[in-house]
Amino acid sequence: MTKEVKVEYSTQVKSKKEKSEKWIRLTSNRLLVTGSIILLFVLLIGIFAPILAPYDVLEMNPQNRFVPPSVDHLFGTDNFGRDIFSRVMHGVRLSLVIGFFVTLFSTIIGLIVGLLAAYNKILDHILMRICDGLFAFPSILLAIAITAALGPKTINVVIALVLVFIPSVARIVRSQALVVKEKTFIESLRAQGANPFRILFLHIAPNVMSPLIVQVTYIFAVTILTEASLSFLGAGVPAPEPSLGNLLYDGKLSIYVAWWMTVFPGIFIVLIILGLNLFGDGLRDFLDPKAKQLKKRGIIWKRKNNRY
Amino acid sequence: MEKEKQPLLKINNLKTTFSTYKGELSAVDGVSLELNEGEILGIVGESGCGKSVTAESILQLLDENTTTYDGEIIFNGKNLLKSSNRELEEIRGNEISMIFQDPMSSLNPVITIGKQIAESVRIHQKLSKKESMKKAVELLRLTGIPSPEQRVKEYPHEISGGMRQRVMIAMALSCQPKLLIADEPTTALDVTIQEQILKLMLQFQKELNMGIVLITHDFGVVANYCTKVAVMYLGQVIEETDVKSLFSRPLHPYTVGLINSVPQLDGDRSKELATIKGVVPSLTQIPKGCRFAPRCPLATEKCLEEMPNLESAKENHQVRCWHYEKVLEGELQYVN
Repeated sequence: MTKEVKVEYSTQVKSKKEKSEKWIRLTSNRLLVTGSIILLFVLLIGIFAPILAPYDVLEMNPQNRFVPPSVDHLFGTDNFGRDIFSRVMHGVRLSLVIGFFVTLFSTIIGLIVGLLAAYNKILDHILMRICDGLFAFPSILLAIAITAALGPKTINVVIALVLVFIPSVARIVRSQALVVKEKTFIESLRAQGANPFRILFLHIAPNVMSPLIVQVTYIFAVTILTEASLSFLGAGVPAPEPSLGNLLYDGKLSIYVAWWMTVFPGIFIVLIILGLNLFGDGLRDFLDPKAKQLKKRGIIWKRKNNRY
Repeated sequence: MEKEKQPLLKINNLKTTFSTYKGELSAVDGVSLELNEGEILGIVGESGCGKSVTAESILQLLDENTTTYDGEIIFNGKNLLKSSNRELEEIRGNEISMIFQDPMSSLNPVITIGKQIAESVRIHQKLSKKESMKKAVELLRLTGIPSPEQRVKEYPHEISGGMRQRVMIAMALSCQPKLLIADEPTTALDVTIQEQILKLMLQFQKELNMGIVLITHDFGVVANYCTKVAVMYLGQVIEETDVKSLFSRPLHPYTVGLINSVPQLDGDRSKELATIKGVVPSLTQIPKGCRFAPRCPLATEKCLEEMPNLESAKENHQVRCWHYEKVLEGELQYVN
């Protein structure tokens, strides 16, 4: 009896220690922390855009054309006298919404495609050749082609971008799933009578998550960039609606008259991309067990130096 | 005529062939085995003798694309080799369970052990999540893990190898199977834990009156736990008998060599440990005659030319050797 108590006690100590170690690793990961703070800032803007925006985004005011940044108009006004601050807030919101849905759907579909490809050899050939085909086009060209075919609507931009990003998710999932598939625990599951779908979606899927999550943050970033480029080229979100790309497009025409029309949307694009990339890099370091060892040693060393 | 009692598992002339780029390799070549309820059959042999492949063939777990099976595997009067995938899924884990060698890698690393045990229950029984979780705790308690309520929330990397093997046993026995296949269940564990795990299996075996196919290369385990033994060499059964006759008088030179090479605690320490010279040949170069002939101390011309059949030397004692009489007469030194 005494032996049992002892065993329990020692494992409890271990788990407590592990938790605090994890927390230290999380908070000492500068990339992750900086990325999270930027993302949180942008996300709050996106969520509260309707409250933050002092003017209606479409309200034109011909008397107030090209007003430079002032107290009334923080970021100035554009060629129609619309408030740029309001338009940028809403632009961030729209870009984030598009980014979110594109990432969500391309991840879900890519996950399913990748898992099926890893499971069945014939399916693998078919699905991966389709993916190769999609890969062969530069992503922006493909997106332009699809939106051109479907017509200029926000939903079509989402569909186009989902199609563009499915292959990159599917590839990562497939390669990871092929590794996991050969592990003994999969054979053990088969020996328990689990059918292929249970094995694929309940056991292999959770095992491919950590590389996938990292990839997803990058896809989010690239989606926002691609959407901005599409809108800038006039193939994205249709005109009066403020997306960050549209704002840049409007600003381009009068860049020598009103620098604020391009600078402020540009700053927010940079912020979102920077935040997402830092977050992704930080997450990769955090999830990678090899980087973990190095980081841990570094932290111990630094802490000692700081304290004593 | 009186109806004979059917054996639980009957393997008839099983041939398992892998197609590789080197050609067709038959890892198991004409194995026939029989197991009744409540019996423990030990399969022994060096690495690469086809023990594990035989076990995996029973449940057909090998890669479907590259493996072909031939022969008959009759479980409870049903030929498993002729069953559909759906039928096999019904049998796997429910009537026949399997425990693997490496407890480190046979659990899913990202799912808690409780959920994994509960799942093994839910695959075959319609239970709610809560009920199956309760059952998981119960099963863990039966396997002797202290404070199972806490353990079910832990991940595989948080528990020791011995405990992981207990979890595997809990999963394997969750549906009270009639047959348990244990593929070197204790090889990766240290000796004290080995004993505990084997005793645990034996305890469940008695309670459920299961048949067990125990694959091992440890003759100590065979002597202590098995009722029957089959010795395998290069995909063939070369000697098959009950435990007592095997240890009192092994008839195949290979078996003699294997038993002789087990170190004895009270043996002469100045003497070098007996070994079998050479290694198991690769499946690409199978000898023409008796497969053991190139390594056999008693080999003659005939051995190199002609393959012996598995024949009854004594009652319940079958051996595949041209010269087993010589062994019987004591031409080979047998230490035990």
